[in-house]
Amino acid sequence: MDMDKQRDNLAEHAVVVASTAIAGVIKALHRILPEEGLLVAEEEARPYECDGLTAYRQLPLLVVLPESESQVVAILKLCSEAKLPVVIRGAGTGLSGGATPVENGVVLSLAKFMRILEVDPLARTARVQPGVRNLAISEAAAGHGLYYAPDPSSQIACTIGGNIAENSGGVHCLKYGLTVHNVLSLRLALIDGEVIEIGCGALDSPGYDLLALLIGSEGMLGVVLEATVKLTPKPQLAQVVMASFADVVTAGNAVARIIAAGIIPAGLEMMDKAATAAVEDFVHAGYDLAAAAILLAESDGTPEEVAEEISAMRAVLEASGATDIRISADEAERLRFWAGRKAAFPAVGRITPDYLCMDGTIPRKRVAEMLTRINEFSEEYGLRCANVFHAGDGNLHPLIMFDANVPGELERATSFGAKILELSVEMGGTITGEHGVGIEKVKQMCVQFSATELALFHALKGAFDPHALLNPGKAVPTPRHCSEYRLTGTPRAQP
Amino acid sequence: MREIVSEFARRIHRAALERVPLRLRGGGSKDFYGGPLLGEILDTGCYAGIVAYDPTELVITARCGTPLREIEAVLAAQGQMLAFEPPHFGAGATLGGAIASGLAGPRRATAGSVRDFVLGVKLMDGHGEVMNFGGQVMKNVAGFDVSRLMAGALGTLGVLLEISLKVLPRPATETTLRLEAQQGKALELMNGWAGRPLPISATCWAARDDEELLTLRLSGAHAAVAAARGLIGGESVDDAPAFWDELREQRTAFFAVGIPLWRLSLPSVAPPLVLPGAQLIEWGGSQRWLACDAPAELVRTGAAKAGGHATLFRGGIEARAAGVFQDLPAPLMALHKKLKQAFDPVGIFNPGRMFREF
Repeated sequence: MDMDKQRDNLAEHAVVVASTAIAGVIKALHRILPEEGLLVAEEEARPYECDGLTAYRQLPLLVVLPESESQVVAILKLCSEAKLPVVIRGAGTGLSGGATPVENGVVLSLAKFMRILEVDPLARTARVQPGVRNLAISEAAAGHGLYYAPDPSSQIACTIGGNIAENSGGVHCLKYGLTVHNVLSLRLALIDGEVIEIGCGALDSPGYDLLALLIGSEGMLGVVLEATVKLTPKPQLAQVVMASFADVVTAGNAVARIIAAGIIPAGLEMMDKAATAAVEDFVHAGYDLAAAAILLAESDGTPEEVAEEISAMRAVLEASGATDIRISADEAERLRFWAGRKAAFPAVGRITPDYLCMDGTIPRKRVAEMLTRINEFSEEYGLRCANVFHAGDGNLHPLIMFDANVPGELERATSFGAKILELSVEMGGTITGEHGVGIEKVKQMCVQFSATELALFHALKGAFDPHALLNPGKAVPTPRHCSEYRLTGTPRAQP
Repeated sequence: MREIVSEFARRIHRAALERVPLRLRGGGSKDFYGGPLLGEILDTGCYAGIVAYDPTELVITARCGTPLREIEAVLAAQGQMLAFEPPHFGAGATLGGAIASGLAGPRRATAGSVRDFVLGVKLMDGHGEVMNFGGQVMKNVAGFDVSRLMAGALGTLGVLLEISLKVLPRPATETTLRLEAQQGKALELMNGWAGRPLPISATCWAARDDEELLTLRLSGAHAAVAAARGLIGGESVDDAPAFWDELREQRTAFFAVGIPLWRLSLPSVAPPLVLPGAQLIEWGGSQRWLACDAPAELVRTGAAKAGGHATLFRGGIEARAAGVFQDLPAPLMALHKKLKQAFDPVGIFNPGRMFREF
């Protein structure tokens, strides 16, 4: 049966490939790219069928791996003329399906653009190609006492091009900002092959702030060819306080109290009991397994400054009802405390066949209430859920555990997730803080935005990409998406 | 307040129908900035008031006509601030004008720009439709970032009815130091310091009489400020808050000169400019003020060669005819026109205020 199905798929694929227009494109691509830069055979294209959102897969028509700007431009011109959809891909670590291929579309992988073109220590900037890994920038700058501040958990693998597409955050963004705060300029190819520069070596540029529009645009407006990013001086010292709490409400309130005390911690993270249990088993960070929630609060700066801030945070945490407080004694212990937080997703991946990672953001004061509701949903849907939060930003990552091989579980997990996202909007927040909408949350966009707002998004998209060829169907729903979604019983909450 | 919004929509509908442009105006404190003032005034100053402010959320939401000084006072009472230190340029300055002009003060180089702190907007577009983008939370990547696009758009894309901003705690302590340094040396020092973890929050280099002086402000934890002070040296400045206020509001002697004032936005490491006239440098070298009546072409070429751009900030009546901001390359201008079209298809909001082309 499976063999038949596979053969059918193959046949279908072959029919498409054989169509004359596409055959012409492939012939032209052969002239542009070296042999290994063009993947047409199914077994070669198969690894590109999904990104980090593995529940959704789609075999692309073909995959191109250009090495030079002129090749990218030529590919875009070809696809533009043939009206072929193009999905841009970095490392494929995204969690919302932003790089999931579209049917009969081209995957444009920027994996070969991995050169760090320049590190300027005096100007505190790095000029890099889009396929450079996030962490590689910090490594290249380390000798100058500088680093690239945004640090998504996937930073050893994810690329700066992908970070720009998603406006990625990390555990230090309350103090150091998101990608949008740390990119100075972009060299960008538009869908028709035109190359433009956005931003410059100065802190601003004449005209509209197109950098703000481009960053976080999920590969729908243009192809990043080069980025100049800001480098930040590495603090002399960083130290973490780890506090245990007997219930999540007390932990949530402690977060608000730290902010109320005028402290902006370098990082402020929270994990619930299910998350610490999964993580402890995996990395042995020494977490308090009896606690209902733990908070990690980091301070960085000069040794005197850190001592001052750590003691202030300690006082607030004690007054807020922490049952246990530990302070990292040295760098090794600090990294161990963080290792668990950074490994939370893979750790949960070990204890469940599949999981969905949510990304809602809500006002901090409602974190405790949200956790309580998530626990109720968990019982209602009969699915386990571990919670890791960027508590300082109110950005939640509930990890809904399920088994896709059990009939109905994926659907239940999806509904559970949708509930959390809708509640995030209801609480005055958003469906996505840093992972992007992609295909995963495209329907929930109908909850967060009105028809006129969505129409404006389409108009903005049209200004850059009039035939909607770049990453079509992602991030911004069509009116049809929304009417279908509303029919399934989720009306939009009009503010 | 609801009637005001309906009235705005009525005015916009009529303007679109009659093709008569509207000139969005809050307190009028930034009338001097940008291209010519065209169209019937749409007074946004009447749509005022703080909508929400919860210090522990680090977010304030206010209507466009809210006076800046009211917002600053409310934040100060809770030990917080607008970290981009917007210049007022007049007693009537409003929040809407501060965001639309996109102008930031001395803290910009280290704290961030106006758009860096914009979290969300309620916008009325050229159809008179009210739309919400962004929100009141720190992180939000749902949809294109329309709210940040509004910062510095000079009111050409719509009426910013409400704006939500991230706010920050005021630093525990601040101190200002001054040392003598020639321009080249000052640029070297500022860039060198910026590459180290020092709590510098503002810099200003200027020539006064026979001296060339570099003034800098340290902000942060007591221990960090004390350590940096020992490291940097220099003399302590008395009445420092007034110094930075006067600088931000351009009330110092340098800005009193009547000739055209240019704002050059450059890479901080750009060497001293060889251009006629007097200069004052802020933002660690990234913002350079030039008071001179040299031909616009000379100033713009100089800025472009240094890797940046020049804006005719004040004065220069003849030079203004050629545009206040540096021209965009053709493909970028084409994109700008399409974006303008998406928000304001008839072209009723502040025509010509940014570029002659729209």
